[in-house]
Amino acid sequence: MKWLLVVLMVTATVASDVLQSFEMKRSGEQSVGARGMVRLLRLIAQRRFLILAIGCLAVSFFSFMALVQTEALSFVVPASAASYVFETILARFMLKERVGPRRIAGTLIVLAGVALIGG
Amino acid sequence: MNVSESSPNPRPHHLIRTYAVVALFIALKAVGNLSLAWGMKHSTHYLEALLDPAVALGVALLILSVLTRMALLSMADLSFVLPVTAIGYVLAAFLGKTFLHETVTPQRWAGTVLIVIGAALVGSTSESTTGDRA
Repeated sequence: MKWLLVVLMVTATVASDVLQSFEMKRSGEQSVGARGMVRLLRLIAQRRFLILAIGCLAVSFFSFMALVQTEALSFVVPASAASYVFETILARFMLKERVGPRRIAGTLIVLAGVALIGG
Repeated sequence: MNVSESSPNPRPHHLIRTYAVVALFIALKAVGNLSLAWGMKHSTHYLEALLDPAVALGVALLILSVLTRMALLSMADLSFVLPVTAIGYVLAAFLGKTFLHETVTPQRWAGTVLIVIGAALVGSTSESTTGDRA
């Protein structure tokens, strides 16, 4: 059950972030003022991938909550950081981002840091 | 416009704007989590916690943080946003120690140092390398 929840949490996080990034790249730059927030909410209502992304975010959140109820935070936090690896790979191949050596090295160092924080 | 990850940034104003939104997202998430944790720790029952003003404020700030992150993803690459916003873990450690009197072990401080180094390394790359933003 523990590993099933980890897989669910990581998969939902990855799906949510990739879908959000895909749709937000298409939508043009958004602002974060009051009007920008209203426009963002309207955008979410109009784009089905963004609605799906919010659904995945909810699945990820509740999987995380279910995990911390039974497992130590020192296990759950590093386990959730596995999404960094999958998201960086998908960003390269699905979102066509330029992920060079410096970005890969930085991401791996951050991953090690998150693992240490959870430990 | 496709740029390599290490190209000099052709749009300095865009970079400043992106980092301002990164800072806003990190602040909203950190204060939201702090408020949520504060409210949860001061409530005895789960249902009571949902009515606690600190919990309500925390949830509102976390919803705003989700929207801010979506705006951020409209400006920058996902592979840039992920490591750079991990700086939030460092802020969470400081806030937890300062306001909730949580113990931050040397191992946890070592982790925060690694996150800062990794985020700085990713931050030195171009924030947007795809040209398909509308």
